[in-house]
Amino acid sequence: MITVENLTKRYGPHPAVDDVSFQCEPGTVTGFLGPNGAGKSTTMRMICGLTTPTAGRATVSGHPYQELPNPGREVGVLLDASAQHAGRTGREALTLSAYTMGLDRREVAAKLDLVGLNAVAAKRRVRAYSLGMRQRLGLAHALLGDPRVLILDEPANGLDPEGIFWMRGLLRDFADRGGTVLLSSHLLREVEAVADRLVVIGGGRIVAQGDKNELLAGGGTVVRARDSAALRRALEVANLSAADSSEGLLVQADAEAVGQAAADAGVALAELRPASGGGLEQLFLTLTAGESTKEAVR
Amino acid sequence: MTTTTAPAAGAVAPRHHTPVRRPSLLRLTGVELRKLVDTRAGRWLLITIGLTTAAIVILQLIYAGEADQTFLNFFVPSLLPVSVLLPVLGILSITSEWSQRTALTTYALVPRRERVVAAKLFAVMLTALASVLASLAVAAVGTLVASATGGAGTWEFDWSLVLNAGILQVTSVLMGAAFGLLLLNPPLAIVGYLLLPTLWGVLGEMVKPLRGPSEWLDTSKTMEPLFSSDALTGGQWGRIVVSLLVWMVLPLAAGLFRTLRREVS
Repeated sequence: MITVENLTKRYGPHPAVDDVSFQCEPGTVTGFLGPNGAGKSTTMRMICGLTTPTAGRATVSGHPYQELPNPGREVGVLLDASAQHAGRTGREALTLSAYTMGLDRREVAAKLDLVGLNAVAAKRRVRAYSLGMRQRLGLAHALLGDPRVLILDEPANGLDPEGIFWMRGLLRDFADRGGTVLLSSHLLREVEAVADRLVVIGGGRIVAQGDKNELLAGGGTVVRARDSAALRRALEVANLSAADSSEGLLVQADAEAVGQAAADAGVALAELRPASGGGLEQLFLTLTAGESTKEAVR
Repeated sequence: MTTTTAPAAGAVAPRHHTPVRRPSLLRLTGVELRKLVDTRAGRWLLITIGLTTAAIVILQLIYAGEADQTFLNFFVPSLLPVSVLLPVLGILSITSEWSQRTALTTYALVPRRERVVAAKLFAVMLTALASVLASLAVAAVGTLVASATGGAGTWEFDWSLVLNAGILQVTSVLMGAAFGLLLLNPPLAIVGYLLLPTLWGVLGEMVKPLRGPSEWLDTSKTMEPLFSSDALTGGQWGRIVVSLLVWMVLPLAAGLFRTLRREVS
């Protein structure tokens, strides 16, 4: 559980984060979206007590981060995969943290194994790691203390398609077992594939938040049948208003209601999908229009 | 949080949690000691410190007059180069967290930053004390060799020197750490640490009105009595304390203030 209440961070007169509030519930993956400089990382650092907010507060599992006795056992944090000592081996980096948290040494090997860093890679110095390997090491680090909450900033960055697919499964599984995940990413399709909820931030302010499907369903449903007259009648019977569009009939209802209406009337459908074909990308660009040009400078 | 693992908790938590305690200062000091040796740079710095001590003794075995090859004469000269190198260790211990950006990990795991700083100070102080033991051991080996090769090899020694040496090395490493805390950048802190007191010393020599204060503030002068086995006078102690207030306590306090408030990114 992560609760963010009216978080604000100002650098001089420039508000990097402006009155941001949201909540991440156990069992869900929350996608945190926004253009570069929108304040995603600053918000995450404030949640983790690494940046002092100008105003507002954040709690993790009901406590301010700084009051967690052994934060690594409660929250797994990956804010920057490159923030590792280049001269330490991957295994050593994890061992130091395991010792700090008071974990059994065996956890290190288990987590290295989990993220797919083999014995050879674990013995190499982080200097020699690719970005993808650093991300895997960072994930191993976040998972090390078997936390109930994960806070990940751009974890898919640098991972290959297979790695991204793997990570998606890992996060889904983590949430399904009751964990809380807050995940920021530019890779919109990844967020779309794994997140349950979305928080969209632009210019330091929240521009949209809510259930992913609700946010994406805003555009209505496109439906097409070979017998479009029969489909029209079926929608009328079901009290759904339909309008013509270049792609077929545009109905202001979700796909389930439209499909049910067609099935009740025995109409075979050729196509049934949410109207905004761009999906998250379309939503993102609409919501954050103009924000990306004013990259935060501090 | 001190939750015990009630059966119901298992359904929510991905993994059962044993009661979570915060890491003790002892544990954190252990981690910081480990950080001193687990990189090539840190390991070589420690090896260099050890080798310097050995080199001083070997040079004396070769070049010093036979009568001068005593335990005392092996021990005392080895202190000076070590007291120059130890501050670098103190500086790197603090600043590498920022230059290598591991502060992000360290302070996410231990958000009470003052505990990390305290652990780092303990770790480097322990290393400084260990260096005194190393100097004693190397001097002992030198004395044994000297007595076997015709040197004096006498063991006459004033044990108050060990206390002095401990004070010298611990304060040296702490002065370095203080500069590291204050400047948070390795090259800046090392240059600052090496340059400022020297500059002050030179100014003290050149500018007449500064000569008085320099007696009290130039650590190379105030610490000098620590190298001799004569008991220190109250005035000498006073000068040591005043110079340390300026070069150690003040930067330590200001540096701690800065480190606690600094944004980690």
